Amino acid sequence: MSLLPKILILVAALGLAACKNPDRYGAGGAGGAGGTGGAGGLNGSGIDVNGLGDPSDPRSIAYFNQSVGDRILFPVDQATLTAEARGVLAGQAGWLATNADYAIIIEGHADEQGTREYNLALGARRAAAVQDFLISQGVGANRMRTISYGKERPIEVCSTESCYAKNRRAVTVLSLGAGA
Amino acid sequence: MTVIKSFTAALMIGFAGLVASPALAELTLRFTDGVIEPMPFAVPDFIDEGGSGDLARDISRVVAADLAGTGLFTETPAEAYISRVTSFDAPVAYADWQAINTQALITGAVQAGGDRIVVKFRLYDVFTGEPLGDGLQFAGTPQSWRRMAHKVADAVYSRITGEGPYFDSRVVYVAESGPKNQRQKRLGVMDYDGANVQYLTDSSSIVLAPRFSPTGDRILFTSYASGFPAVYLMDVGSLKTRNLGELPGTMTFAPRFSPDGGTVVFSLEKGGNTDIYSMDIGSGNLNQLTNAPSIETSPSFSPDGSKIVFESDRSGTQQIYMMGAGGGEPVRVSGGKGRYSTPVWSPRGDMIAFTKQNEGRFHIGVMLTDGGEERLLTASFLDEGPTWAPNGRVIMFTRESAGASGQAQLFSVDITGRNLKQIVTEGPSSDPAWSPLLP
Repeated sequence: MSLLPKILILVAALGLAACKNPDRYGAGGAGGAGGTGGAGGLNGSGIDVNGLGDPSDPRSIAYFNQSVGDRILFPVDQATLTAEARGVLAGQAGWLATNADYAIIIEGHADEQGTREYNLALGARRAAAVQDFLISQGVGANRMRTISYGKERPIEVCSTESCYAKNRRAVTVLSLGAGA
Repeated sequence: MTVIKSFTAALMIGFAGLVASPALAELTLRFTDGVIEPMPFAVPDFIDEGGSGDLARDISRVVAADLAGTGLFTETPAEAYISRVTSFDAPVAYADWQAINTQALITGAVQAGGDRIVVKFRLYDVFTGEPLGDGLQFAGTPQSWRRMAHKVADAVYSRITGEGPYFDSRVVYVAESGPKNQRQKRLGVMDYDGANVQYLTDSSSIVLAPRFSPTGDRILFTSYASGFPAVYLMDVGSLKTRNLGELPGTMTFAPRFSPDGGTVVFSLEKGGNTDIYSMDIGSGNLNQLTNAPSIETSPSFSPDGSKIVFESDRSGTQQIYMMGAGGGEPVRVSGGKGRYSTPVWSPRGDMIAFTKQNEGRFHIGVMLTDGGEERLLTASFLDEGPTWAPNGRVIMFTRESAGASGQAQLFSVDITGRNLKQIVTEGPSSDPAWSPLLP
């Protein structure tokens, strides 16, 4: 009899903690749509809850993620933008110009071939390279924030170059309104 | 010359090997397989002198595990004993212990009453037929019985090897769970041997690389609790935690205390560039120590507080550098092939432990503070993040296995490269940081 209220309090406390915690990856189970690192569908984490929308709707996050391309890849231990990456980012900038309501978080990631702290710094370099490029393309700096996950959140889990290549990434994550 | 003294001499030859070898990196790995003859010791079950029940035996088992766990000692099994120790004060039957080739004999007794237990022990050099040092007595609560066992083992270890003690210490680390692409992390603290685990945080935010203060009363770590990585300071007693400095638009990480515990050095990233800063914990005053477009991270103070060793990729790859505690022009320390990172100054001041990456492998190594005498202690798919035992003899680090099911585990190794072993934890674990010796 006395157990139930305690459980309720605990659940309430967890809910509260989650609401204050905009760490999309930290909150239990909130890996983001199939671990793609994309936004949306994070019910329970209390933030970044955005409908992805219909991918055929050119104003939707789903369209941005799939058709514009939400991520770019980097060579080993580098933060320089390849020609291909610049092409994707130019597309992002164009889309963001016509969809001005979205706030932007740029995530920088590294593969596991490096020490933890260096990879945090490397992820930050990559995120900043994307941010700088988007600014140069006219995206407002006040819409953007960067975050590095270092090697903490790979999307591919094998330990070969085919996976590493996809993990060395910067992902442009959108959310509506609420200043990122 | 006693057997014990000759054992000490053998140990010193091991150290000489560390300092002498000109062929360094390649030879050193072979040392992992190198054998020194471990010294046989016996720890008959401690005598229950009233009220302690199984505790007396449990304490003697922890003493034996500590000593055998160093790889420098080997326990003579109880089945081989000729004589029994039935009283702490009875004369030692040296001939009976000599006959089974035990060199060190440890006897002890435990008394328990109320909220207090008293543990006493004596150490004997079996072949000279003499005690080695005086008997000692420790008193504490019944809950601290393992600590008292570690104190006994520390005294034995120090008397025989001449090295400082380290068994009575704790390790703060990151306890991991969940799949590789969605790893949950929380801070744990445990005895140096993996016992007595307590968790300090839940898994609601990613936490990384905790570090103990010089007195063990506080912990620095990096957390994503605010949504963005930042350095936090936790009081171990109350678990009260605060963000060390709200610096919007920046990432702070890789913190470490100064030897006096009053200053934190850490990395601060702004606009993609990472430099090293120091902060006075009391006032919050910030001081920038490096100013370069490269990545400067993983700073670690010298034990006297006068210098900071850190890693930088200013040359194009990660290398180890040294500068004054207030900054200034850094001097490069690492000179071998490959990348060098996560330098940590030995508590004895004589060496720097580091992570090295070369030809697709990771190593934990040690070198003199001028970069000389480099010696690699391990090799694997991914070893990183060394931390020193309080006596500067043993290093603990993270070893992660490859592939989708890859997991992190804690390992330790002697600075000679011997006695590589896993620290068994409840689950996957990473980022260990050793406490100072407990008081």
